[in-house]
Amino acid sequence: MEEIKSKAPRAAEGSALRELADDPSSRKRFLKMVGGTGAAGAFGLFLAACGSDEETTTSGGGSTGTSPTGGAASKGDLEILNYALTLEFLESEFYRQAIDSGEIKDQAIADVAKTFGEHEQEHVDALTATIEQLGGTPTEAPETDFSKALKSADTILSTAAMVENVGAAAYLGAAPEIKSPEVLAAALSIHSVEGRHAAALNQVAGNSFQGGDPVVGSIPDGPFAEPMDMESVLKAVQPFLAKS
Amino acid sequence: MPNSKLTVPELAAVDVHGMTRSSFVLRGALAAGAVYGMGVVGPFVQRSFAQEGTAAPDADILNFALTLEILEATFYDEALKRVGGLSGDARALTEQLAEDEAAHVDALTAMIKDLGGQPTKAPKLDFGDAFEDEGSYFELAQDFEDTGVSAYNGAATAIQSKDVLEAAGTIVQVEGRHAALIRAQRGEEIAPTAFDDMLRQNEVLDKVAPFIKS
Repeated sequence: MEEIKSKAPRAAEGSALRELADDPSSRKRFLKMVGGTGAAGAFGLFLAACGSDEETTTSGGGSTGTSPTGGAASKGDLEILNYALTLEFLESEFYRQAIDSGEIKDQAIADVAKTFGEHEQEHVDALTATIEQLGGTPTEAPETDFSKALKSADTILSTAAMVENVGAAAYLGAAPEIKSPEVLAAALSIHSVEGRHAAALNQVAGNSFQGGDPVVGSIPDGPFAEPMDMESVLKAVQPFLAKS
Repeated sequence: MPNSKLTVPELAAVDVHGMTRSSFVLRGALAAGAVYGMGVVGPFVQRSFAQEGTAAPDADILNFALTLEILEATFYDEALKRVGGLSGDARALTEQLAEDEAAHVDALTAMIKDLGGQPTKAPKLDFGDAFEDEGSYFELAQDFEDTGVSAYNGAATAIQSKDVLEAAGTIVQVEGRHAALIRAQRGEEIAPTAFDDMLRQNEVLDKVAPFIKS
């Protein structure tokens, strides 16, 4: 406990992190996290470190998982970002339609739906900007069909809980595959917010603390959240995508 | 390394390959520097060079997380004994929180050993007047959980092993869920912003230092 006892020196007041913490706009904060001033230099440093790695002996013989060229890594990250963007579009659109449906009579729940919907829209905006910043093309919003989910306040709540749980599980499943530390940091800052949404909605929807399934229970799999891979996620949200 | 000591079956899958780590260390540290500024990276780099060929750097990060989890687990255990009139949902939630944090402590301890590290010892803790009533208890609980989320998010980019990163992810999401449930209990915003903050190690230490006596 030596580290704890001797209090670490305070961060320099002008540090980048201090700026992040003090910035009132979370979206601006997010964009700083993934880019903004100074990021290009830092990213260059990162690539240089990767490059120098190649001179070092590796006994494992396997892939290090990070491409020193950066090109292939960016492609993978862009795919993950677009995958996340699709889910955020879906969530954002669901809250919009849920509020418009007029089925939610309870003001407290209507407020939650509005706030969470705004968060999802911020995620959409931030992911779109990040994809563009990395030179990618943001995917378009999918055609949705929430007709069954919008029948009553109960179905709205259970669907919202389900979609948020799937969203959190999707980020958890994708995060270890992300190559760029900036993109990883950004994804994680969204991941835990999706977890917050999911827990609160589970409770409002009447799910207990624990359930045996990733989408049931405020803390679905006991102390450890369960990741979902892309295939299971797409299967879970398939019912909400319009048949074309 | 045998996994027989693992208390959490999910983490039995965590396996860190014995490949040379020195290159990973520097890369990870610099990657973290890209996000946090180089100041925070200094200690990681120094430590990693000092320990080259011994413990994995991920063990240090996990030990940092372990300290926080011990703090949380102890906090909820004491709350169950000391907060007067804790009943109904508030007690059920506290029991769940205590159980989850204890499981996190066990899992992190097992992972650190698995990586060849030495799990940190439990510090002496003093939570002051926090258990005076339910209100002061949940107020501090919310701080701890929010700090926990930001601590994991802040440390994650410095993690070398994909498996350790995923394991940390399964914990941080639950910390976020805890924070949400405590916030709901208190009538606070579930998620104060659309993006959770990231804290670096010394910022986290500043927040918890008042409760650590030795």
